Amino acid sequence: MKIAITSSGEGLNAPVDERFGRAANFVLVEVDGDERKVETVPNTQNRQAAQGAGIQAAETVHRNGAQILLTGHVGPKAFRALDAAKIEIYSGIKGTVGDALDDYLAGRLQQTHGADVEGHW
Amino acid sequence: MSRTTIAVASGKGGTGKTTLSVALALALAKRGEKVRLIDADAEEPNDHLFLDIEPQDPQEVTIPVPFVDEDRCKGHGRCREVCRFNAIAIMDSKPLIFPELCHGCGACSLACPEKAIEEKPKVVGWLETAETRGVDFIQGRLKIGEPMVVPVIAALREREADEGWTIIDAPPGTSCPVIESSKGTDHLFLVTEPTPFGLNDLELAVGMARALGLTFSVIVNRAGLGERGVYEFCEREGIEIVLEIPFDKHIAATYARGGTLLDADEAWEAKLVELAHNTAKEVRP
Repeated sequence: MKIAITSSGEGLNAPVDERFGRAANFVLVEVDGDERKVETVPNTQNRQAAQGAGIQAAETVHRNGAQILLTGHVGPKAFRALDAAKIEIYSGIKGTVGDALDDYLAGRLQQTHGADVEGHW
Repeated sequence: MSRTTIAVASGKGGTGKTTLSVALALALAKRGEKVRLIDADAEEPNDHLFLDIEPQDPQEVTIPVPFVDEDRCKGHGRCREVCRFNAIAIMDSKPLIFPELCHGCGACSLACPEKAIEEKPKVVGWLETAETRGVDFIQGRLKIGEPMVVPVIAALREREADEGWTIIDAPPGTSCPVIESSKGTDHLFLVTEPTPFGLNDLELAVGMARALGLTFSVIVNRAGLGERGVYEFCEREGIEIVLEIPFDKHIAATYARGGTLLDADEAWEAKLVELAHNTAKEVRP
């Protein structure tokens, strides 16, 4: 199982970035039993996009093989793209990447079934 | 017969583009000259309010947007690679298209090795026409919910008059819609007001006009408000101020009732006709 978490830094101790499309980085965590393989993928190109950042960010998450996304907010176009790849979305996430991961694994998060903000919030 | 196209832009909104454009068109028409007035502020056209007309005969403006034949698509993703507007994502090896971001450039259908993309027209707005007091009027109207006004303005630009005058009332700002409204015109009037906001946006508008290689001049509206910055800027930059419209209660009251500069004082007719002819002389000495 691979989980993508938007972050303003790198690794598990970094804070969650509440933005999705224009997040600084994606921290990708491969969870296999008790094992955690952590990798940070930058989102530089999408951050500078004039438009459609959320769509391309969704593609980045998908291309990196994540099936689960933990983030602050997801707009309508990003939601449509993520939904097309059947990526599960958990929004409204704050705190550190590590805490978000623990919350998810402990089943404390609730899945989001639609955009929770308008675009460009 | 000669033809002259003049665009009216401003940078800052509410400086008097419409006031000038409508009065200029009416003044020329009153002298029996052939005038086409184009309201290119298609997000909220308002010239018709001052002309007291209801533009009719909506003609559709469309852009081509891609549709994918899923049986043919092999998921190469070439369409996504060439899209400059992030309007295509490849999810689960299939292209997902976001028509609201599409600029209708057609690159995706050209790039597809499987010829799996067909472009179909999508309505983004309308052109509407009317005729009043000798002015041949056209306005653009963007469809509600459509984010891109440029295709509507491009369609308006194709309707410039072959002879006589074309006056284009541009949208505010200095971005794509204004560039589309003013590029390639014979002259650009930049309407400003003597305030710090007017000055700030005039500087941006002058930068745009220079980047487009346009000949331009400045018109100061609400002259007498007290700020000198606009005048100092124009002097420093060698930009001619060709007209001043005073900060005047009577003009404001007339405007508020839906009247034009010519209704406020008929002396404007001669001034505006002279301005137009002087401008045309500069274009074709």
